[in-house]
Amino acid sequence: MSGDKIKVITGSDLRSGDVVWWTGEGWSRHVDNAVGVEHDAEAIIARENAKQVVTDTHVIDATIEAGAVRPAHIKDRIRALGPTVRLDLSLKPADPQAGTWVI
Amino acid sequence: MYEYDQHDQAMVEARVAEFRGQVARRLSGELTEDQFKPLRLKNGLYLQLHAYMLRVAVPYGTLSSAQMRVLGDIADKYDRGYGHFTTRQNIQYNWIKLSDAPQILEDLAKVQLHAIQTSGNCIRNTTSDHFAGAAADEVVDPRPYAELLRQWSTFHPEFDYLPRKFKVAIIASDTDRAAMRLHDIGIQIVKNEAGEIGCKFFAGGGMGRTPMIAPCIAQFVPALQMISFLEAALRVYNRHGRRDNKYKARIKILVHEIGVDEYARQVQEEFAHILTLGLEPPPAELERIKAMFVDPGLESGLSDDLDLSDPDFALWVDQNVHAHKQPGYAIVTISLKPVGGIPGDATADQIRLMADLARDHSLDELRVSHAQNIVLPHVKKADLYRVWQALVEAGLATPNLDLITDIIACPGLDYCALANARSIPLAQKITDRFADIGRQRELGELKLKISGCINACGHHHAGHIGILGVDRKGLENYQLLLGGAESADTSLGTITGPGFSEDGVVDAIEKVTDVYLAHRDEGERFLDTYRRIGMAPFKEAIYG
Repeated sequence: MSGDKIKVITGSDLRSGDVVWWTGEGWSRHVDNAVGVEHDAEAIIARENAKQVVTDTHVIDATIEAGAVRPAHIKDRIRALGPTVRLDLSLKPADPQAGTWVI
Repeated sequence: MYEYDQHDQAMVEARVAEFRGQVARRLSGELTEDQFKPLRLKNGLYLQLHAYMLRVAVPYGTLSSAQMRVLGDIADKYDRGYGHFTTRQNIQYNWIKLSDAPQILEDLAKVQLHAIQTSGNCIRNTTSDHFAGAAADEVVDPRPYAELLRQWSTFHPEFDYLPRKFKVAIIASDTDRAAMRLHDIGIQIVKNEAGEIGCKFFAGGGMGRTPMIAPCIAQFVPALQMISFLEAALRVYNRHGRRDNKYKARIKILVHEIGVDEYARQVQEEFAHILTLGLEPPPAELERIKAMFVDPGLESGLSDDLDLSDPDFALWVDQNVHAHKQPGYAIVTISLKPVGGIPGDATADQIRLMADLARDHSLDELRVSHAQNIVLPHVKKADLYRVWQALVEAGLATPNLDLITDIIACPGLDYCALANARSIPLAQKITDRFADIGRQRELGELKLKISGCINACGHHHAGHIGILGVDRKGLENYQLLLGGAESADTSLGTITGPGFSEDGVVDAIEKVTDVYLAHRDEGERFLDTYRRIGMAPFKEAIYG
C-alpha cells in the first residue's frame, strides 16, 4: 500500500453509537475529514473522553491515498463506510462501487 | 405458551426502570464508560462496529404472534427496518441509539420479552428444540423445563459473575435439533425403564477456539431434581473454573483438565449436599408451568390430504415442511436464506407477516431455530397452500431447508467488532454459485456454516462444510473444514489445509461437492460419504 502513513483518532458517538473521526476541531461522521495526529493523540483522547460525548476513542493507522484518508485495516474501513452487504445503509448509498474501497 | 405472572412482570419492569436510570446517568456523564459498560452488557446492549447492537432473548426460541409483531415494530421504530435472527435463537438489532434503549426494553416488557443476560459472564438464554411441542419423537415437551430453567437462571445471584458465559440447551428427543452437546451444559429429557421422566446431563461442550463435544456426566437425574443437579454443576464450575485466562475459562476446559470422571464426581458430591438444602422448586411450580404448554388448541380428526398439483408448492412442502405429531397438521420452516440474501435477516414487514401467519394459521406460535430460520409449528395441512402463497408474496418461500444454501452465518466483519473476516458476502457468493434448486436437491442434506472469527457464532466446527474467516496479514482468508455435525451424531469438522481467498473458497466448495457426487453410495448424505471415504479425496481435489 502506498501513501503517507498517519494516525487518526476514531470513536463512537455516545448517544447514537455512530462512528466518528477526530477532525482537529471536533468529530465528523466522515473519515475524509479525519486529520493525522502526531504526538498529541493521548492528550486529545484524554480531553475528549472527559467531555463524555464520544466513547471508545482510540487511535488507528491510516494512509493518505489520493488526498483522502484510508484506514489501514479492513475493519476500520468497514467502520468508516458501513456494512458492505447493505450499502444502502452506508455513508455512500448512491455509490454501488463503494464496497470496493473496503477491499 | 408461558404467560408471565405478577412476579415475572414486576422483575422485568423493575429492570427496565433500573436501566433507564443507568442510561440517564451515562448520558449526563455521571457514569463513565468503564462503569457503564458492564451494566449495558447485562441488558444485551453491545457497542459494535457501526452502532449499538441490542440482543433480545427469545426464551427457548418460542414466540407468540404478539411478541413477533413487536419485534417487527421495534425494527421499524428504533432500527433501520430489519432484525437479525441468531444461532442462539435470539434477535439482534444493529442500529440502536443508546438514548432509545430503555424505551425499547419497555416496549419488549409489555409483551413479556427482555434482553436480560444476553451478554456477560452469566447463564445466557436457554435454548431448545425448535420443533418442541410439535414433533412426534419427543418424550415430553421440553419447554416447561426450559421455562423453569429461565426462571431459575434469571438474576441467580450466585451465578452472576461466572468465570465465563454459560450456555444451556435442553431437548427431549434422540433427534438433537438444538446442537445440545455443543453447549456448556446439555440436558436431554429421557424416560427410564420404569416410565419415569428424568434428565441425562452432558457437560463441557462448546465451539469457539477450543471446540469440544460434551461428555455425559449423569445418565438419569429425576426431573424433579433437575435444578438441584444443575446448581451443583454450576457450583463446581464456579468454584474451580479459571478466571486468570479468558481463553481457558469455559467449563469445557475445566472438564477437560480435571477429567470428566472427576468433574462428575464433584458434581455428584455437591448434588448430594444441595438435596439436603431443599433448593429444588416445588413440584407445583413445574406443574403450573406445564399447564400453560399442554394443548395449544390442536383439533382432532383433520384430514392429511394435500393437493400437490402446483409443482412449486410441492417442492416447498417436500423441503420445508415436517411431520407433526397430530394428524392433519404440519410443521412449517420459513427459510430466511434466499439466494443472495443475508442469512437470518428479516425486514420489519416480513417479521410482522410471519406474526400474522402464526396468529391465523399456527395457533399463535412461532419458533426461532438455531439455524436462523423461523418455524410455524402447528399449521393445518388444509392451510398450507394459503400460508405458502403468503410466504411467496413476501419473499419467504425459499425451498432450501438443510440444503447447501440454507447457510448459517454470523454477522461477521460487516457488523461485529470481534470478527476477522466477513461472513455474509461469502454466504451470498455460495448461494449464487449453487442457486439452482435442482442442483441443491441433487446434493441433498448439506449443512454449511460460516464464522467470521474463532468465537464460532456461525457454528463452523459443526458444519458438514464449515468455513472460518481469519485475518491473514490484514487480508480476509478462509479456512475450510469438513465433517462436522451437530445432531445426534455430533462431530467436529477437520481443517482441510491452507486457507483460501473469498473466491477461492467458493471454488473449493464446488470441488468438494464434486468429490461427494463422484463417490457417494445410494442414499448417502454428504456427511456419510465424508465419514466413509475420509479427507484424502477431498484434499486431493482441492489442493492436488
